[in-house]
Amino acid sequence: MNWIGLWTIYKKEMQRTRRVLFQSVVSPVITTALYFVVFGSAIGSAVDTIGGISYAQFIVPGLIMMALLANSFSAASSGIYFPKFIGSIYELLSAPISYIEITAGYVLAATTRALLIGAIIFGVALFFTPLPIVHPWWALVFAVLVSFVFALFGFVVGLWASNFEQLGLLPTFVIAPLSFLGGVFYSIDMLPPFWQTVTLFNPLVYMINGLRWAFFGITDVHPVWSMSVILLFMAVLFVIVGWIFKTGYKLRK
Amino acid sequence: MIEITNITKTYASGFTALRDVNLTIKKGEIFALLGPNGAGKTTLISAICGLVEPSGGTITVGGFDTKKEYRQARSLIGLVPQELFLEIFETVWSTMTYARGFYGKKDDPELYEQILRDLSLWDKKDEKIQALSGGMKRRVLIARALTNEPAVLFLDEPTAGVDVELRREMLDVVKDLQKRGTTVILTTHYIEEAEELADRIGIISAGEIKLVEDKDALMKRMGHKTLSLNLVQNLEKLPVGVQQEGVALSPDGSQIHYSYKTGANSGITTLLSSLKEAGVAFEDLDTEQSSLEEIFVTLINQK
Repeated sequence: MNWIGLWTIYKKEMQRTRRVLFQSVVSPVITTALYFVVFGSAIGSAVDTIGGISYAQFIVPGLIMMALLANSFSAASSGIYFPKFIGSIYELLSAPISYIEITAGYVLAATTRALLIGAIIFGVALFFTPLPIVHPWWALVFAVLVSFVFALFGFVVGLWASNFEQLGLLPTFVIAPLSFLGGVFYSIDMLPPFWQTVTLFNPLVYMINGLRWAFFGITDVHPVWSMSVILLFMAVLFVIVGWIFKTGYKLRK
Repeated sequence: MIEITNITKTYASGFTALRDVNLTIKKGEIFALLGPNGAGKTTLISAICGLVEPSGGTITVGGFDTKKEYRQARSLIGLVPQELFLEIFETVWSTMTYARGFYGKKDDPELYEQILRDLSLWDKKDEKIQALSGGMKRRVLIARALTNEPAVLFLDEPTAGVDVELRREMLDVVKDLQKRGTTVILTTHYIEEAEELADRIGIISAGEIKLVEDKDALMKRMGHKTLSLNLVQNLEKLPVGVQQEGVALSPDGSQIHYSYKTGANSGITTLLSSLKEAGVAFEDLDTEQSSLEEIFVTLINQK
């Protein structure tokens, strides 16, 4: 294993995070604060408690989850896409470093970046509402796994994308809608029965509810299901990444 | 040092960039790969360095297979690409430390200082790449390729679009590296560059190695020049006294061409005095060095 190589990629990506500090950290904070003002305070005052917790508390795990998956995805996808785009990817391809080390470097850095943002949002949320966490370790496990899985997902998309349009395709048309429809702002049983069934096909529902269960002990789906969906998603991505390694897809023509 | 055996490369588009290339690079030599644009120079280098997966054949670097033992093979290699592939938001210094890090080697600030000083980059070490001029960026590309102390350095068109001073410096760096035992492979389409630096020259065209020869031998062959004399009056045939070797009349009779080798025995004086004696007047003259293109044509026709 070229541990120094892996560590170098990780460090380099974290440096990049620091350089785009405003964009990568400050903007999610502002967005989250806005969610709290609009949904938590304005709408929340009109909503009764859900499962015994206030509306402002209810939305916190979903907001954190949304930030985790969006940021890990975009950090990893842009991380690998830009070197491809400007050509500096040659530095990695000509170095004695394996695909696994390259992937690990980018994916772990993206995971870290997402978790940092998640932690900041948690901190911001504390200004608006008290947050006693029922299963703090499980909360951490869910947060880490989801960030990791979406970083892996982003990495694959960043490899696949051959222009900026393709890079933005999934976040805009898949991840954002699915997270809004994933029960961040409502409990599934508030929906009509038909839409309740449809919602169960949305993988993000399981992730968001997994974290909500860890936070407050309430959930629309059993946490075992949440964990299973995350692990299944991870397994599928490992298979795709394995195939990319084997074929050198889009990296070594 | 490098053993290339039956390498072929056909891209997904169907374009065949390399056809059954066989080449041996000796340890410690400077090898110049000459060829016109699109001949396959960059593809060949990319195949050795791991940027391109060959369709067939094997390559070893320092005895290590570039596919099966890629870590050992690539550890020996430094690559300076043709294009300015740099991350513009990084500083010169971080570009150096990352470059060495990717090779799995521990940071070595003293080495970076040495390299940056040699390439007149020391005072730019904390500048961002985007603030540097094109020539400076090219220096950075070379500097970063030296951070892993390569045994083999590849320079892909190192002097394309570079001013005289930088060109001079780069040639000095290459010579210096050779003194320290580094094997250098460079691609170029400037004959003069190959002439100044190389120990051996390979010519590649349309994905095939046309010839590999010691520089001195090749330069003799390339040293041909052609003298053209525009005559005042067209001739039907060459006057008797002018018929020396290498002299020919153009088909329309308006020009005399003389093919010669530069030097004391070029034969130009003889030709000119014999023309004077024969009373042939000319209005203009022109000399032309045989270009690489022409040499390709000659080489291909010979085979």
